[in-house]
Amino acid sequence: MLRRFTAGRSIARRLAQGQAQPARLFSTSQPRKADITLTVDGKEVTVPQGTALIQACEAAGAAVPRFCYHDRLAIAGNCRMCLVEVERSPKPVASCAMPAMPGSKVFTNTPLVHKAREGVMEFLLANHPLDCPICDQGGECDLQDQSMRYGSDRTRFHEITGKRAVENKDLGPIVKTSMNRCIQCTRCVRFANDVAGVEELGTTGRGNDLQIGMYIEKTMDSEMSGNIIDLCPVGALTSKPYAFQARPWELKKTESIDVLDAVGSNIRVDSRGVQVMRIQPKINDEINEEWINDKTRYAYDGLKYQRLTTPLVREGDRFVPASWEHAMDTIRHGLQSSGAKGDEIKAVAGHTADTESLVALKDFINRLGSENLTLDQSLGDAPPVTGVDVRSNYLFNTGIENVGEADAVLLIGTNPRHEAAIINTRFRKSYLQTGAEFGLIGEDFDSVFEYDHVGTSPSDVEAFLSGKAVKGKGKGENDFARIWKEAKKPLIVVGSAVVEGKDGAAVLKAISKHVLANEKKFVTPEWNGFSILQRAASRAAAYDAGFTPSPTSTNTTPKFVYLLNADEIDPSTIPENAFVVYQGHHGDLGAQFADVCLPGAAYTEKSSTWVNTEGRSQLGRVAVVPPGASREDWKIIRALSEIVGSPIPYDDIIQLRQRMWDISPTLVRYDVIEKPSLEFIKLGLQLLSTPPSTTKAASTTPFKKPINDFYRTDAISRASVTMAACSKAFTKKEYDIASVDEAGSAQASYA
Amino acid sequence: MVRPTSLLSIARTLPRTIPQRQRLSLSLSPSPLVTLGRTLHTSPFRSFATPTTGPQRVTSGPPPPASSEATANANAVKDASSPGSRSPGETTPGSASQLADSSYPDYSKGPSALDKASQLFFFTEILRGMWIVLENFFRPPYTIMYPFEKGPLSPRFRGEHALRRYPNGEERCIACKLCEAICPAQAITIESEAREDGSRRTTKYDIDMTKCIYCGFCQEACPVDAIVETQNAEYSTETREELLYNKEKLLSNGDRAEAEIQANLQADHFYR
Repeated sequence: MLRRFTAGRSIARRLAQGQAQPARLFSTSQPRKADITLTVDGKEVTVPQGTALIQACEAAGAAVPRFCYHDRLAIAGNCRMCLVEVERSPKPVASCAMPAMPGSKVFTNTPLVHKAREGVMEFLLANHPLDCPICDQGGECDLQDQSMRYGSDRTRFHEITGKRAVENKDLGPIVKTSMNRCIQCTRCVRFANDVAGVEELGTTGRGNDLQIGMYIEKTMDSEMSGNIIDLCPVGALTSKPYAFQARPWELKKTESIDVLDAVGSNIRVDSRGVQVMRIQPKINDEINEEWINDKTRYAYDGLKYQRLTTPLVREGDRFVPASWEHAMDTIRHGLQSSGAKGDEIKAVAGHTADTESLVALKDFINRLGSENLTLDQSLGDAPPVTGVDVRSNYLFNTGIENVGEADAVLLIGTNPRHEAAIINTRFRKSYLQTGAEFGLIGEDFDSVFEYDHVGTSPSDVEAFLSGKAVKGKGKGENDFARIWKEAKKPLIVVGSAVVEGKDGAAVLKAISKHVLANEKKFVTPEWNGFSILQRAASRAAAYDAGFTPSPTSTNTTPKFVYLLNADEIDPSTIPENAFVVYQGHHGDLGAQFADVCLPGAAYTEKSSTWVNTEGRSQLGRVAVVPPGASREDWKIIRALSEIVGSPIPYDDIIQLRQRMWDISPTLVRYDVIEKPSLEFIKLGLQLLSTPPSTTKAASTTPFKKPINDFYRTDAISRASVTMAACSKAFTKKEYDIASVDEAGSAQASYA
Repeated sequence: MVRPTSLLSIARTLPRTIPQRQRLSLSLSPSPLVTLGRTLHTSPFRSFATPTTGPQRVTSGPPPPASSEATANANAVKDASSPGSRSPGETTPGSASQLADSSYPDYSKGPSALDKASQLFFFTEILRGMWIVLENFFRPPYTIMYPFEKGPLSPRFRGEHALRRYPNGEERCIACKLCEAICPAQAITIESEAREDGSRRTTKYDIDMTKCIYCGFCQEACPVDAIVETQNAEYSTETREELLYNKEKLLSNGDRAEAEIQANLQADHFYR
């Protein structure tokens, strides 16, 4: 049953080549054809053909207990909890592994079914330790819940040898294992193989001796590993950073948006009092399905450390806590005494600035007579090469939901695994299930799908797209240049680092020309194969709001610099004698240069709008209150504008959102993507293909990955202890497995 | 139709007086002499102190089939009361309430109007009341000298809280937070994390004794018998803050009362 997961890709590949439809899994879902009708508990239900019986039962409103079955994973059929009775079937059938058949009569509530479930439950509990009080899954455990319904309160198993004992595995700093509790549903194995791309995780042994593990002791080296904690129906895999911290029933759950990358994963912030206790994924099929990456999940402890909780004013070489009035007054004096006029007033928006504060800051700076609105990126001082007039020039136009449809993907100067881990899992899915082919121009990376490395530099982009010979590995059938030519739905993913780089205009010119030349394939009503992959949560909103410098302001030397969450800033862009204000939530890089620090709120502490890389605006919600004297960011800017003497004309969030509507209605149309017309997209591409004449030709300097350490990309994750441990274990590969084994044996026996 | 009211009223008082006597002797009787003194009230005078007033009650429904031999009223009363053992004229409060909606007062039973009128006009109630006062005058007092003398406590008594330890000195509490979850007054606050050896322990176990309602749910919920309510009810403090117990206080309570807690659990284990 599990062998198909561990089968190497080469075998799958060889088999796939003989088939009409390429497939990397032995099991591929057939295209859905027709609807069928069957009867569940006397209720007629119509489902698409090929649906699992368990889903048909769900559709009919009959809840079927399950452990191994999961909507988004391959079917294993090994827990036997989902047994149902089907008419004219001699035995109960496992409804997860049984396709729904037209006209069949299914019963989920008969004595036979109950007896079967009770039997299965008894066998599961025979080897499951009764340590619910110390188990972190307690309160949200599938086995606990279902044993309340189907379990007996007595055991019939009195083994002299006791219950099965299994050694704990060490999967790294995130996943804590307690393998005695494992019920061998293999959800984690299926997730690791099919979604995360950790093909080492598998099972060894059979029957009672079956164990989940890596065979060779090693960590689960994936940025998606935290999801197996959610998937585990029992407490075998629990969260190490969250170990024993809280119980699910004492947590307040707030649905919000993640900002640590530009995907905008939907999350649920679980908080207790003023503290964020954990972050869980929220299901959104259009974005993150049911997964979030480990940075999203575990950077929350960075919200506790290094926070700015009170306004700080620099006195000599140290910061002195001050009142809001004093800090604001100091800024007013600083602005006056610096003598900054017009474009000498510069604002820098960082990666985690929310849309409201971006709009407020833009209005504020504009009222001071400056157009010098820059972004916290390399060449952020200059107007972006994509322009901000045409939205489809800087967004992930294909849409996260649709990337799986691409049959050939060309990645240019990007590492989706680190820049957008959620999109990366979609790529792996299409790689496994529909046989998409991948090519990369840029720096090599440790990928979860195979790609053909067809170039490294901007000039290679030009060469590849103009059809010249490339130095890819693939030969003959697998030659990526040939695949690219034959592709029906090609997708070009341009990394944000390329757009921000020196050769951005040249690369975009080459790409847009190629896209326009093949517009029948790239730009159709159903498909847009030209996508820019942003990596910062605030970037798309900044472009939407027009937070970009005017061409004239680029060369001004600023005398007053306003840093809004700007923590990636290049110190050389801040003149020595300029008056610097930093507004943000962490005392990170940006705060070091500041004359005045204003404490803002982090993303869990404010209700603000975030626009993700595909241009979808989403509303984050307040989970906890901002610490100390810190305030919501747009309110700080509003207050400052009043004190400086040019108040911005909105007093509450509703007026501010109306202003956002005036700037761009997309900013406040939540949860939808506004599709531009084909003409407009083509117009944008034409703009890209005719850059200013000053544009230099594409150089041969190789692209560099913008993210070297996935676990430390922003102020929050840099302050996080968990992320530091992950960085050590996964980026630097300095994780000592043996030491944890000893710690495991030293664990108190009553633990 | 005059009935021997005095005899009837003794029979009626008996079931009430016996448990009263038992309760007295159980709860506060240091010596047999006092017990004897407090049981003097079965004297015939006592019957005067508990007169029977008010009418009997009779059902208004159709008479039962067996009613042809005797008068309809008597039979109806007999059938309504529980079968056997009781005289026909007697109704228990329980049966009377069962019949409340379908019965009417029967003034032909019970004390006659003459009896009642004579009791009323001769102020016998005052005399009866004076008799009780006189009776108690010669009895030893019910008061116990509290700080020096204490009433008995049930092993289930729920007093001050304590956290227990295992015999090897390891604290029992495993921070499962079930007590915190079940506490109806939300008096318990727990914070936990992994201890250095990896075991699940509390870093904070606070009980706000000013919130606690002593329902005992916490000790019922505890899977390891760590939190218990001891028999100590004498822990009043001068300040409110002293009643906000932390883990050290609770553990020291447990250390002090461990023998007593074990004895109580032993005494009660048949019923668990």
